[in-house]
Amino acid sequence: MDPENLRYTKEHEWVRVEGDTGTIGITFHAQKELGDIVYVDLPKPGTSIQQKTTIGSVESVKAVSDIYTPVSGEVVEVNGQLAESPEILNKDPYGSGWLVKIKLSEPDEAAKLLTAAEYQAYVGTESS
Amino acid sequence: MIAKVRPHPSQNEALLFETSSPGKVGYQLSELDVPPVDAREALGANNVRQEIADFPEVSEVDVIRHFTRLSTWNYAIDLGLYPLGSCTMKYNPRVNEAVARTEGLMWIHPYQPDALSQGAFAILAELERVLAEITGMDAVTLQPAAGAHGELTGILLVRAYLEAQGNARKRVIVPDSAHGTNPASVRMAGYEVVNVASNDRGMLDAAALGRMVDEDVAAIMITNPNTLGVFEEHISEVARILHAKGALVYMDGANMNALAGISRPGDYGIDLMHLNLHKTFSTPHGGGGPGSGPVAVKKPLEAFLPLPRLQRAPSGWSWNYDRPQSIGRVRAFYGNFGVLVRALAYIMAHGGDGLKRATHDALLNANYLRKLLEPHYQIAYHAPSMHECVFHHPSTGAIAKRLIDYGFHPYTVSFPLIVHGAMMIEPTETESRQELDLFADALISIAQEEREHPDLLSGAPHSTRTTKVDEVAAARKPILKWSR
Amino acid sequence: MLDTIGASTLEDLYAHLPEDVRFRGALNIPKGKSEYEIVDYFRARGRDNFDAQANFLGAGVYPHYRPVLVDAVVSRGEFLTSYTPYQAEISQGTLTAIFEFQTMICQLTGMDVANASMYDGSTAVPEAAMMAMRITGRDGIAVARTVHPEYREVLGTYTRHQSTSLTEFEYDPESGQADLESLEQALHENTAAVILQSPNFFGVVEDAKRIAEMAHAKGALLVYVFTEAVSLGLLEPPRDADIVAGELQSFAIAPSYGGPFAGIIACKEKYVRQLPGRLVGETKDTNGNRAFCLTLATREQHIRREKATSNICTNQALIALMATVFMALYGKRGLRELAEQNLAKAHYLGERLWRRFRGPYFNEFVAATGVRSPEEINRRLLGSRIIGGLPLDRFYPELRNSLLLCCTEMASRADMDAVAEAFGA
Repeated sequence: MDPENLRYTKEHEWVRVEGDTGTIGITFHAQKELGDIVYVDLPKPGTSIQQKTTIGSVESVKAVSDIYTPVSGEVVEVNGQLAESPEILNKDPYGSGWLVKIKLSEPDEAAKLLTAAEYQAYVGTESS
Repeated sequence: MIAKVRPHPSQNEALLFETSSPGKVGYQLSELDVPPVDAREALGANNVRQEIADFPEVSEVDVIRHFTRLSTWNYAIDLGLYPLGSCTMKYNPRVNEAVARTEGLMWIHPYQPDALSQGAFAILAELERVLAEITGMDAVTLQPAAGAHGELTGILLVRAYLEAQGNARKRVIVPDSAHGTNPASVRMAGYEVVNVASNDRGMLDAAALGRMVDEDVAAIMITNPNTLGVFEEHISEVARILHAKGALVYMDGANMNALAGISRPGDYGIDLMHLNLHKTFSTPHGGGGPGSGPVAVKKPLEAFLPLPRLQRAPSGWSWNYDRPQSIGRVRAFYGNFGVLVRALAYIMAHGGDGLKRATHDALLNANYLRKLLEPHYQIAYHAPSMHECVFHHPSTGAIAKRLIDYGFHPYTVSFPLIVHGAMMIEPTETESRQELDLFADALISIAQEEREHPDLLSGAPHSTRTTKVDEVAAARKPILKWSR
Repeated sequence: MLDTIGASTLEDLYAHLPEDVRFRGALNIPKGKSEYEIVDYFRARGRDNFDAQANFLGAGVYPHYRPVLVDAVVSRGEFLTSYTPYQAEISQGTLTAIFEFQTMICQLTGMDVANASMYDGSTAVPEAAMMAMRITGRDGIAVARTVHPEYREVLGTYTRHQSTSLTEFEYDPESGQADLESLEQALHENTAAVILQSPNFFGVVEDAKRIAEMAHAKGALLVYVFTEAVSLGLLEPPRDADIVAGELQSFAIAPSYGGPFAGIIACKEKYVRQLPGRLVGETKDTNGNRAFCLTLATREQHIRREKATSNICTNQALIALMATVFMALYGKRGLRELAEQNLAKAHYLGERLWRRFRGPYFNEFVAATGVRSPEEINRRLLGSRIIGGLPLDRFYPELRNSLLLCCTEMASRADMDAVAEAFGA
């Protein structure tokens, strides 16, 4: 269920690299753990972000989870739909529930992240 | 069998704004005995407002009926057991309410000259004395308005004390079982929070703690008994470890109802602590406040207590503002005086022996419930319980909602966070054996329902006027006020 | 019960405690007293306090009449003895009342959102200041010297360890209002908020609109503070402010030697996620009926822990309920009439004395003393069982020979005449 063409982190984010752009989201597992998502806090376009730092948060009624960016770069686009309809993060975390698009400053970073298989293995050990 | 609850008498009640009708009033002012003043002239036309749009217009009868009907939609201690863990929902004696409304106490102004407020000073001084006696500490400030406010005051005291020693240090250690207020208070005082995990007995691990404490640690903030209802048996050792590195031990006294009369934190190395008068000392929670969170300290910290302090001279009591080492004011005036009066009334009614008896009964009730429930629910930690016990169950939320159908307020759900699916139960000394038996029967019956009729749990509560509330919708599209 | 537990004595229940934590002595607290002994004790302490016939002290605590209905409502056990309304299905009474409270505070202040209350006005102010710092990402606070002196002290205590740079700006000695030049100097590109009280500590109404413009021109927020809530019945609401922090003691909350009171913070919609304290929101139950619940809890300490907007846990629900009942009783017409009476009373006395400041005033003013010292005037008044004004040099050394006097609807003409006489006027 976790797409093969994405890279993952142990903090449950994913990144899709297309040319020099990276699209970031949270995983199916992450949204399931949080439950019904009610609010998403995202950085403004133009913000420079460093790999593994907090760039925002995802909230359910009774929990908050920080978003750590898997890659460094500059935010070029933010998913504006999430402000109106945060529930799409629950429905489609790998598609219309993406969070931000980044112009990558360190294109090599993504290749060092977890593959789908590695991530699934990690989630398996974490939840057992 | 559901032995207590009945369907609800008042089902419908509109908001004040919806029943409002032009010209209705619920007040009567006396006739003005001085010439009227033209507001636009006196204040300037720009400074005078138009009428307050949509503000209510209702009669006195409308008001009493409205709020009386609303009140019937609340659960309350006056209706039955209220077993919220770490909240100490005990009976609120009505004599406390009566004495707090004594004319000569209720109407005194905080700025009337000290000589005119000697009765108030006497009450404050006596309460400081008895709280110091109960905690085994040397000095008490009654100013903090609530437990969290007491925590902030306490950590500011730690900081001021260490600064006076030459180094404020950087970090405060907070166990993972602590209330969320602890880490938030630590941050407000400018310290970093370091979390320390509990061991498999639900207690602090002295050896692990020893490795964490260095000269950058300012203090540990420890709740005792902790939020698992377990007494920190190594507390004296913890204090020795912290003191050896020049750090202080702060105790969150939220659970003092387990200790009054049988154990005094000041006797075993606690440097400072706060009390929740709205828990241990029976002042009403009132749906979320007012509270009061006095802080008790050992002698070396006294000089840093908030302004002002009580002082006594042959001519009488007065406020002392000349305290150069004080952390300053933590609020205006002198504390939640009306709450302090109630707490002193409670202590007077019990006396020293009575406080100890209340503690015994609180322990008895918690351990009795634990025993009745243990065959049916999993206890989180096997260590002995003090005034509360923590079970765990994956359906803790649904079981809690189903308890409402049996006529009880739920226990504390999903806290402490270190227990997955926590059910935290604190009956207090208030409850009779009959009430405890009813409560245990309800939980046992729900355990059976869970196996045989799980649908009874998933849609609960079924008996209330308001059924399960959609909190997700409330948070996604917040509607925080009424509008036309 | 002990048999069920398997213990033989009550002491067995805590026999596992280490010996060094056990208290074996007897607490030095007298034996438990009967109900009438307790009532007698507190009556006697009440008598030890001065029994005033009239009181002209204001300064943040105002002697207003409390309609008897207020205590009738808050004495109901369902309000008095319930906890924070976490379990919405059996807390709709408290939740509905708080929702009405939030609505009325918005109507009064002209703000979009109000919280369910804070401890009091003095702690609401630093919470509002920290909120402004989070919103702007700046850490300068410029506070008017005419903000209640004790509120400013609390602000100092709260912000001391937050890398805040706190500056005070002066008042104009003629008008008693904020000195615009002094404010201009205090403002800079790192100012998060200007904090202004109106009516200010001297009872003078400030030009909030002008000060909002100055703050906004520098990218700072305006935090508008009020201590006398009755003034909102007559004064233009602070629509130009970004955050309002106030004290509701005037709304049927007894002076009670300074507490418990209830504070509030209200703000513009866009700042709601930085607002500290509890919030109640409207939603539906599974039958589709209107219902209320605590909401946006992720701002709070029990979820966000060290990253929370504040460490505040409780609100002042029962005290806020007093204010709610008060607002319902007085309503649209009553609150205005009450405010007009306060205005008339204060001007009756104020126009007979030498007022130190020319700015417009509501129900409080600073009177300059003449032939008699403030102490002498108050001494004479005590002879008639009247508590006079507050000598201001305690907070403002430059204001010697000045008394801050407050006249509410409770001040009778005869008592005000007695005050004027004591001044030698």
